[in-house]
Amino acid sequence: MEAAMGLMRRIPPNQTETALSALLSLMPEHSSDLLSQVDQPLQVLCDVDSGKEFILCEYNRDADSYRSPWSNKYHPALEDGPCPSLELRKLEIEANEVFAVYRDQYYEGGISSVYMWEDENEGFVACFLIKKDGSKSGHGRRGYLQEGAWDAIHVIEVGPEEEGMAHYCLTSTVMLSLTTNNESSGTFNLSGSIRRQMNTDLSVADGHLCNMGKMIEELEGKLRNSLDQVYFGKTKEMVCTLRPPAELVEMRLPDS
Amino acid sequence: MAEEDETQGSELSDKQKREIAKWFLLNSPAGEIQYVARDVRSVLNDDNVYNTAVSEAFPLYNKSHLICLKMPDRSGDVLITPFSEINENEYLDPRTAQVARVDHVKQVCTEVRPASDEELPSPYIEDYRCVLDAELMKYVGEAYPKGVHSVYCVRGKDVEEPGSDFELVVVISAARHSPQNFCNGSWRSIWNVEFKDDLQIVDVRGRIQVGAHYFEEGNVQLDAKHECKDSTIFQSADDSAISLTNIIRHHETEYLAALQASYSNLPDSTFKDLRRKLPVTRTLFPWHNTMQFSLTRDITKELGIGK
Repeated sequence: MEAAMGLMRRIPPNQTETALSALLSLMPEHSSDLLSQVDQPLQVLCDVDSGKEFILCEYNRDADSYRSPWSNKYHPALEDGPCPSLELRKLEIEANEVFAVYRDQYYEGGISSVYMWEDENEGFVACFLIKKDGSKSGHGRRGYLQEGAWDAIHVIEVGPEEEGMAHYCLTSTVMLSLTTNNESSGTFNLSGSIRRQMNTDLSVADGHLCNMGKMIEELEGKLRNSLDQVYFGKTKEMVCTLRPPAELVEMRLPDS
Repeated sequence: MAEEDETQGSELSDKQKREIAKWFLLNSPAGEIQYVARDVRSVLNDDNVYNTAVSEAFPLYNKSHLICLKMPDRSGDVLITPFSEINENEYLDPRTAQVARVDHVKQVCTEVRPASDEELPSPYIEDYRCVLDAELMKYVGEAYPKGVHSVYCVRGKDVEEPGSDFELVVVISAARHSPQNFCNGSWRSIWNVEFKDDLQIVDVRGRIQVGAHYFEEGNVQLDAKHECKDSTIFQSADDSAISLTNIIRHHETEYLAALQASYSNLPDSTFKDLRRKLPVTRTLFPWHNTMQFSLTRDITKELGIGK
């Protein structure tokens, strides 16, 4: 498993799907570990009742069916697929509605889904998903991108309420790939995947949704920022080390 | 890669395993194939399959990544390229007129021998090749701190005098491996230079590929490719060397500027099409007051003006 994860850290992030299916076929005995540890680009299905699209992941899957957050029904239909309790389903409905507004304000398009389920220790787990196709032919408003994919996965474990407080543990992953293509600069592709965690105790007076939403907004902003500033910046630095721009050559910088 | 789908439950054949192993090896970022090989070996858990896979994948990887190996007699570096390949394990270094024997999997040059006359171009071609190599030396030395280049004759190497066409290939390879900083990268340029005697022109075709991998608590990769064309008039060896070097310098400098422009467009334009820094409202999302969204929705529903 360690070697498999080692490979996933080196393979180009836009090849994740191929790499994962290759590993699954080489090590079928580790398939559940691989599926839970390797994040892969999100898939989408259309809810036949509402006509709206929803996102598929391990958390809304049972056998080969996936539960839609809009109709609460499994696609393809499944007799006894697990559903959240009535109370949690209420929160799930609200979270889906509010998160769709959040998604629209930050992404100007895209698809979002929120799934919740009870866990063993009297708390619950929520999974907030966003998928955005930012390409010219997709939801890219500005039309700069030949290809542009953004997948965000936020899994948040909410502990049981104790004296008005609850523990929140958020794990966020962002996977992206963007390609620009034009005559003078050729094909330019950046792809990446990063994951971070955030833990905090918050008063439940403001409501779980408010607490979870703020954490997700903060961590998602941080991930976007590190990709933009740190990760892309490091690859740019590498290019400038390989071939320093003219102004640097003139300054005769010492070899770093 | 179709064969590995839906095979769960049924055992993969050795051939399928080998193909998967090769896929991982060939998709290794610059300078990382040894690390990938180590992990592939442990995932495969079958040394026969592993050995066949590495023996097939390493030569392809080394040639496509234009890797540079030190020759054992300290006579310099030899580039592993499809243009200098004499046979799978032997590569010509035209500058020293030597042939380097390499161990692909270990990525080392084990011995060198003088090249035979048949392996080298005629004096007429060598004149063009050699002065271009020397002229490029100044340019590559200035532009690439760790750059290595070579010039090969790939067509018409036995042409003895003016009157026939021939073709040279310029290869520039610069790699930087700093695993301690979680960063690796490579710049590879291949320039096909066709001397057309009847038209008295020289056609130039360039392919540049730049890759970078940053992997501290994540995995982010740059993959950039560019192709361009140019031409100049057929001149003496010395004059051709100068104008060809100018052409290469010009296009590579322009391309670097284009790469930097692509980077500087990221924050404000390109990246915005994926996710904005701030919402369209330019203020953080009002999580405290999400009732408004449900409220407006209820009203639209009641008034029957929703979708």
